Amino acid sequence: MTYEFVRNFAGTWGLIYLFVVFVGVVVYVLRPGASKAAKEAANIPLKDES
Amino acid sequence: MSLLEKHKIIEKSPTLLLVGSLLVVSIGGIVEIAPLFYFQNTIEKVEGMRPYTPLELAGRNIYIREGCYLCHSQMIRPFRDEVERYGQYSLAAESMYDHPFQWGSKRTGPDLARVGGRYSNDWQVQHLTDPRSLVPESIMPKYGFLTKTPLKFDNMDRHLRANQLVGVPYTVEQLENAKADVIAQATTDADIEGLQARYTYDDRFSVPLGDFDGNPDEITEMDALVAYLQMLGTLVDFSTYVPEANYR
Amino acid sequence: MKHLNATIILALGTLLTVFAAAFAYDDLFRIHAIILAVHLGAAAIYMARLVKVDGSGEVEDKSGYMDGPIRIGVILTVFWGVIGFTQGVLIAMQLAWPVTNLEPWFNFGRMRPLHTSAVIFAFGGTALITTSLYVVQRTCQARLWGGAGLAWFVFWGYQIFILMAATGYLLGITQSREYAEPEWYVDLWLTIVWVAYLLLFLGTLFKRKEPHIYVANWFYLAFIVTIAMLHVVNNLAVPVSFLGVKSYSLFSGVQDAMTQWWYGHNAVGFFLTAGFLGMMYYFMPKQAERPVFSYRLSIIHFWALIFLYIWAGPHHLHYTALPDWTQTLGMAFSIMLWMPSWGGMINGLMTLSGAWDKIRTDPIIRMMVMAVAFYGMSTFEGPVMSIKAVNALSHYTDWTIGHVHSGALGWVGMISFGAIYFLAPRLWGRKELYSLRMVNWHFWFATLGIVLYASALWVAGITQGLMWKEYDPQGFLVYSFAESVQALHPYYVLRFIAGLLYLTGGCIMAWNIYKTIKGDVRDEKPMVAVTSNAKPAE
Repeated sequence: MTYEFVRNFAGTWGLIYLFVVFVGVVVYVLRPGASKAAKEAANIPLKDES
Repeated sequence: MSLLEKHKIIEKSPTLLLVGSLLVVSIGGIVEIAPLFYFQNTIEKVEGMRPYTPLELAGRNIYIREGCYLCHSQMIRPFRDEVERYGQYSLAAESMYDHPFQWGSKRTGPDLARVGGRYSNDWQVQHLTDPRSLVPESIMPKYGFLTKTPLKFDNMDRHLRANQLVGVPYTVEQLENAKADVIAQATTDADIEGLQARYTYDDRFSVPLGDFDGNPDEITEMDALVAYLQMLGTLVDFSTYVPEANYR
Repeated sequence: MKHLNATIILALGTLLTVFAAAFAYDDLFRIHAIILAVHLGAAAIYMARLVKVDGSGEVEDKSGYMDGPIRIGVILTVFWGVIGFTQGVLIAMQLAWPVTNLEPWFNFGRMRPLHTSAVIFAFGGTALITTSLYVVQRTCQARLWGGAGLAWFVFWGYQIFILMAATGYLLGITQSREYAEPEWYVDLWLTIVWVAYLLLFLGTLFKRKEPHIYVANWFYLAFIVTIAMLHVVNNLAVPVSFLGVKSYSLFSGVQDAMTQWWYGHNAVGFFLTAGFLGMMYYFMPKQAERPVFSYRLSIIHFWALIFLYIWAGPHHLHYTALPDWTQTLGMAFSIMLWMPSWGGMINGLMTLSGAWDKIRTDPIIRMMVMAVAFYGMSTFEGPVMSIKAVNALSHYTDWTIGHVHSGALGWVGMISFGAIYFLAPRLWGRKELYSLRMVNWHFWFATLGIVLYASALWVAGITQGLMWKEYDPQGFLVYSFAESVQALHPYYVLRFIAGLLYLTGGCIMAWNIYKTIKGDVRDEKPMVAVTSNAKPAE
């Protein structure tokens, strides 16, 4: 495994892989079905009044 | 259970959250640090690098103890002004035996990577004792107490041994003579041939010797620190160094 | 018996450290061990006096939340804050007036790690442990896991780490790794405490009644686990003797530099950012009495931030002997890091949307908003400085110090003050703070201090960078290094004054919290009722 190989691999497949993961995370988190759960979770700190 | 539902498990499981974050934060470090040990071109090929003599190592430990690295870098960047001000830009090879490295991050005072041999021993001692007597603008603290503090060097062999364990190529002979080599380097009338034989890897670059602090009766911390300062940046033989062969 | 175990453990610890002192390999280790033995011994005697022989007081309070360590934590956070700021003012004074260096123990080289550790680990660390234990209990609706013993061990164990680190610096015990100066044995101790902290936090998450794990806990958890990883790898070393202070790092030169700044930058990223973002995600919604602007943004913020931050370290080593590919990676990720940072900032600020008037009426909210604003500012400045061309000028200068302080004083300091003002009345069952007007004074002293500090050091840093690089028409360097030192004197004086302002704010807070705990309420005009229709009826 030479420097050149690692450098090229990172700049192509590495980049594509990370980009796909990023898009996946964003799409997943913003999917329509998640809004109710998010709203519930966001209110956790306000539930407790002690 | 649909794929989308599964993420709720991550959001609800401390274990998965823990493992997930640990994985995510590991990637950057692995990609950036591991190859530095692996790629052969990380450290340039140079001639002249040698481990520190016991006296220099003791001086380096004082440099670390007093926090000199907080105001002085030991890393000359390859810019015209820095090369003119401080000398040849620093190579990775020059700190290959530095456990830990002393590159620094701030120049409240000037860079010291190549301060070795720039000033006389007397100048260094006077400057450390009272910086403003030589450089009126200086804001450096005084280190006169080093002249009055005897150097503890009975156990330098143990220090060399610890360095050997982390990869510095000290020889058995160097370990065995650690204490004697301190005395040989810091006093003027000592038998220095053994020391030079053990630490001079190239005839053109011999180990600087002498009574560094101007007090021949005692080996002090000042002796050690000045010995260290006087060898900084002087080891590599740049007449044989080919920059083009080491671009990375 | 309630205090018996603690007494026995402390007594054994005292004995062990006495032995360590007796058989010490060098003088510094002996002194250090004696310092520890004295403290442990005093604590053992104190605890022994609390032991009730007849068994009364044996029943442990298992109801509700465990707030004992949190109360002490709030007091100690304020205490360490004032100490750390004072220490900062002192070393600022040493740079402006070098005669104030007192060799050997109080020279700048030993005092600076004392300042950085006092503010980062003593003030910041105590604030993080304290708030995380408060937040995790509230958002999980569960009492701390592991009983009182574990929580108190984590708490006091961490304070012992601070004691050993601080006394070590003045004695000259240091590894010279910035923000990781303590030597190997103190590092080992911190590792033990930190694993206990992780267990305490995780255990509480496991026994939660709330199905979701609130996002503040994600940030706290990532902070705890990442710091554990960074701390262990960065401090790998071989000691000269197991009863001596000195050790040699496992890595050398270029690899050591990379490891250290991988640690160093992520001490910023995870200690001073992720942990305090956890604070922001709990205390801002709480004080504003409305949920965070977008919970889903906070999830993206979390994963993006922790993934990107860890790569940013090499920007501390631009143009050094570190290979170019590593520097370039560090720069690219530092610039990308701007996005999640600002995502978090927007999320924090927009939490107030629809309630912007609170900035005017509530000085605690104002403090938090200013914290987030400074977070945004320094996370913009950071990526700019990580660009190699900018770094060529800014590196090694006081610009970097200014940048760090706009983050540390502005973001870390202000969000912690906000949390402390929120916590104090609640933890001691007071209706309100002693004085809201004093919070307002604190706010203005601190803000003025930061602005003066950052601008003085911007000018200082750029002056320095330009003077070092200035050529005359004949092609000679114009300035000697000493001339650049001289040129900075006025800015160092300004920085000293800026530090005094910030410290004054801290002292005002200390007084306010002290009086709040006592239960006093200051007789003062209310903050809000200054509009014309607020006249009392005649």
